[in-house]
Amino acid sequence: MVAHVTTPFQSIAEIRANLDDGTYSCRELAESLISRIEEHDNDINAFITVTADDARSTADAQDVLIAKGQAGPLTGIPLAHKDIFCTEGVKTSAGSKMLDNFIAPYSATVVEKLKAAGCVTLGKTNLDEFAMGSSNENSYYGPVRNPWQKSHVPGGSSGGSAAAVAAGFCPVSTGTDTGGSIRQPASMCGVTGIKPTYGRVSRWGMIAFASSLDQAGVFARNAQDAAILLSAMTGADPRDSTCIDAPLADLTQELSTPLAGIRIGVPEQYLSELDAPMADLLTSALFEMEAGGAKLVDISLPHTRYAVPAYYVIAPAECSTNLSRYDGVRFGYRCEDPEDIEDLYKRSRSEAFGDEVKQRILVGTFTLSTGYYDAYYRKAQQIRRLIHQDFVAAFNSVDVIAAPTCPGPAFQLLEKISDSIAMYLQDIYTIPVNLAGLPGLSMPIGQIGQMPVGMQLIGQYLDEARLLGMAHQFQQRTDWHLATPTLQATGVSHG
Amino acid sequence: MAVNKETVLTIATLAHLEIAIDQVDDQIERMNRILDLVDEMQAVDTHEVRPLATPFDQVQRLRADEVTESNQREKLQSVATRTSDGLYLVPRFVE
Amino acid sequence: MADWQAVIGLEIHAQLNTRSKIFSAVSTAFGADPNTQASLVDLGFPGVLPVTNEAVYEKAVAFGLGVGATINHQSVFDRKNYFYPDLPKGYQITQLDEPIVEHGHMDINCADGSRKTIHITRAHLEEDAGKSLHRDYAGETGIDLNRAGTPLLEIVSEPDLRSAEEASTYARQIHKLLTYLDICDGNMAEGSMRCDANVSIRPLGSSELGTRTETKNINSFRFLEQAINHEIERQIVVIESGGRVVQETRLYDPDRDETRPMRSKETAMDYRYFPEPDLLPVVIDDSFISAVQDRLPEMPDEKRARFQTAFGLSEEDAETLSGNRSLADYFEYVASASDPRQASNWVRVELLGRTSKDSFNSEDVPVPASELASLINRISDETISGKIAKTVFDALWQGETDSVDAYINVKGLKQVSDSSDLAPIVTAIIANNPKQVEQYRAGKTKLLSFFVGQVMKETGGKANPKQVNDLVRIQLDTA
Repeated sequence: MVAHVTTPFQSIAEIRANLDDGTYSCRELAESLISRIEEHDNDINAFITVTADDARSTADAQDVLIAKGQAGPLTGIPLAHKDIFCTEGVKTSAGSKMLDNFIAPYSATVVEKLKAAGCVTLGKTNLDEFAMGSSNENSYYGPVRNPWQKSHVPGGSSGGSAAAVAAGFCPVSTGTDTGGSIRQPASMCGVTGIKPTYGRVSRWGMIAFASSLDQAGVFARNAQDAAILLSAMTGADPRDSTCIDAPLADLTQELSTPLAGIRIGVPEQYLSELDAPMADLLTSALFEMEAGGAKLVDISLPHTRYAVPAYYVIAPAECSTNLSRYDGVRFGYRCEDPEDIEDLYKRSRSEAFGDEVKQRILVGTFTLSTGYYDAYYRKAQQIRRLIHQDFVAAFNSVDVIAAPTCPGPAFQLLEKISDSIAMYLQDIYTIPVNLAGLPGLSMPIGQIGQMPVGMQLIGQYLDEARLLGMAHQFQQRTDWHLATPTLQATGVSHG
Repeated sequence: MAVNKETVLTIATLAHLEIAIDQVDDQIERMNRILDLVDEMQAVDTHEVRPLATPFDQVQRLRADEVTESNQREKLQSVATRTSDGLYLVPRFVE
Repeated sequence: MADWQAVIGLEIHAQLNTRSKIFSAVSTAFGADPNTQASLVDLGFPGVLPVTNEAVYEKAVAFGLGVGATINHQSVFDRKNYFYPDLPKGYQITQLDEPIVEHGHMDINCADGSRKTIHITRAHLEEDAGKSLHRDYAGETGIDLNRAGTPLLEIVSEPDLRSAEEASTYARQIHKLLTYLDICDGNMAEGSMRCDANVSIRPLGSSELGTRTETKNINSFRFLEQAINHEIERQIVVIESGGRVVQETRLYDPDRDETRPMRSKETAMDYRYFPEPDLLPVVIDDSFISAVQDRLPEMPDEKRARFQTAFGLSEEDAETLSGNRSLADYFEYVASASDPRQASNWVRVELLGRTSKDSFNSEDVPVPASELASLINRISDETISGKIAKTVFDALWQGETDSVDAYINVKGLKQVSDSSDLAPIVTAIIANNPKQVEQYRAGKTKLLSFFVGQVMKETGGKANPKQVNDLVRIQLDTA
């Protein structure tokens, strides 16, 4: 039994100091977290695969580098990857029976970069199947439970990655966000999550859901850690045509920038429709920003109410074609004894895809079909332009936009699973940001019924540093980000 | 816009997905609920609005015409269920 | 029986001869072991993304310029969705609404000698699919994805063609242009150029279009004509017996000389086209187009005309010799390095007698142009006779030698041209054939060739026939 060498909720800064001054080694840290996972993850189900042996050998290698004085900011930092990033030699399932047998033959750019930076991968985290969902109840590997209250969802689709950080299994993790799949679980799990500008991070090796919306991002305990990890993930990649041609970014540059003078836009459409407890927390958080010198400005985003309908045309349409490659022929699930080629396709796909995935493929196939393209797909893209224009117009008078992340705290498991529309409306505040391709961050701002909630900061194109800076400043003035859940394991309790 | 049984079954065929007979009605209802949500879009005047495909204005970076990838058959076929002599095998079909 | 008119349009798929594929950096070389030229991207693995090869644009623009078409400055790729085992992603990346080239034309010579303009609606870029091998796997089909991702230029004509012959002529002209521009190797046996024929019929004089069928993947001009003719006849029979032509996709079976419906393609396939979200629009500017224009090689018609004037050829011969870029280059080399008229004869008769004009590739010809030029020069400088030259040519062709001069020396084929060597032999032949001498002098001047023949035989064919001819005449006439 490995002694817990550290409390499990240390930030990167704290870990870095401890590794560099020898308080503990990378190996000891990794072992400690692996034990914690073994002890507590049965109830939470944040991980699909724990790569303990790989983690140990990587940790050992990082210890060697530290001993030589060659440590970088992320050397030895443990993390988990959402199981949607291909990791060479390691099972990569996308939360689906379709890829349950898939050992990726290559690694995603995100994975390569973080490995090169010295991170120690503890495992692959659970997710809604193919990133489709807002509660992590759609996984082939069972739902993820919110570490704060295990009868509740962690949010989705990156529920596992959010829960892993919230539960103290790792200080940081990667996720993906197509309609809110980082920000919403960050809010529900009381951690900081950021989705960068579309194109900021390469999508090579990131299993595609909706190509024009998907973006990789980060969960962390605080904005500073998020900035450190996200920075290492950025940079041009010739393998991804939609990746911006920019060098590696240093997104920690504005962490110390004071709030004074920053103009925060507050969309008039949003606050009025929130329940009182949520509205109150938002108001308090904004008040805190004002106390720091920021200015609140009323703005209007008139077309955001059409964001969800437009999204539920574009995302299913793109996903319906992205998932056509899963046919049992070259990789993935293949049905037994197919009678003919049609049977091979139909049964392999029907037996291996979950309900929500099939639903979206059907909707997407329909909206792209002859006669409906103009009314649906083209119309949705026109609305997308209008939403984009709303943001651009708003940013003429403000630097950043504040908004709720989601309508309320985490709901209970099974509460919304049979009501697709209610589930889709969870993302009402996050979806417009993906449609416009802008960066969005969620940070904890309080609790409702002892469950955490977050607030969203939406930035201009490529302005992640500012969002992270503002969140960091907020986190200097408040301590919501320091709250941690109490995990109960059999017979043992840890703080 | 509502879909009927025929449409749903046609769509399922195009997508190569099977809908169990006792699920068809349920599927129709679920799809129609989503399409009702989606139909809210029709309230917006999009006359002469240019569709937005990707959220930034960048043009395609082209790749130089060079061969930089070599034979990876063994590695890439290690995850396939049915192969023979380097070929992927599927049930026989006539063109 | 009504008079029927056939209405035909061709879709020609030409593989562009880039080194790497259109969306991946894998080789396009033909003939590799199955799936050894298929990367993660080509196989459609989870998480992969396409990146477009710059060379396909130069080649597409060159084609557009060659057919006088509009080059679109902005072009976009789309996804064409359907399931097929040779299509790994379940969609093909192609161009629908914003193709690279539009509104071109190709003029062809009709059977009656008139010129006809065939309009080219568009030419667009897309990726090729893999191959299915139906043979050796009992109950199963083998899929090879080496070809998946090879760049294609799909050239679509208006339905301006009215006969199988016209269609074949048009296809040959396109083929010629493609090889001239060096954007496609034109090797039809390897599938570098494939034709799909859209065929319908209508009563002569009608301006409405009948229901058409599409016959796919025809890879020879002969099969193209046969397939179209078969389809026309079939449709006539169907309609005249009271039926209706069904719009469908068909395959041509050359062994049975018939078309049959493709079973696995649904009749009304909904391709659900939409813009490819993993690729961005490509914008090419006028300077790019001008640069391609400047680099364009000589076009077939220009070359033919130049061959006529530069080498004194007839239009027909010049047409033959310029019919294929490789052939034209080969001929031009020989004609510039030796006597053009002889070059024309040797290439048209000896070379094309042994190899196909359509798929002529100088790299596959055992007689290099330089050696043929040498051979002709040896005739011109009377080192050897024309007759001997043919044996030398055969030796080169069979691979017995790779050098004209070396072979002549080794085999001792040099022509004997010296009068002082030949005269005694002539004298001897004349002396030994008094009867023929008498007949000749009596008026049978045709016997001249008898004497010449005897001298040739005596010298093992090596005497210079012209010299012998003169010597014989002199000796016979001056006795």
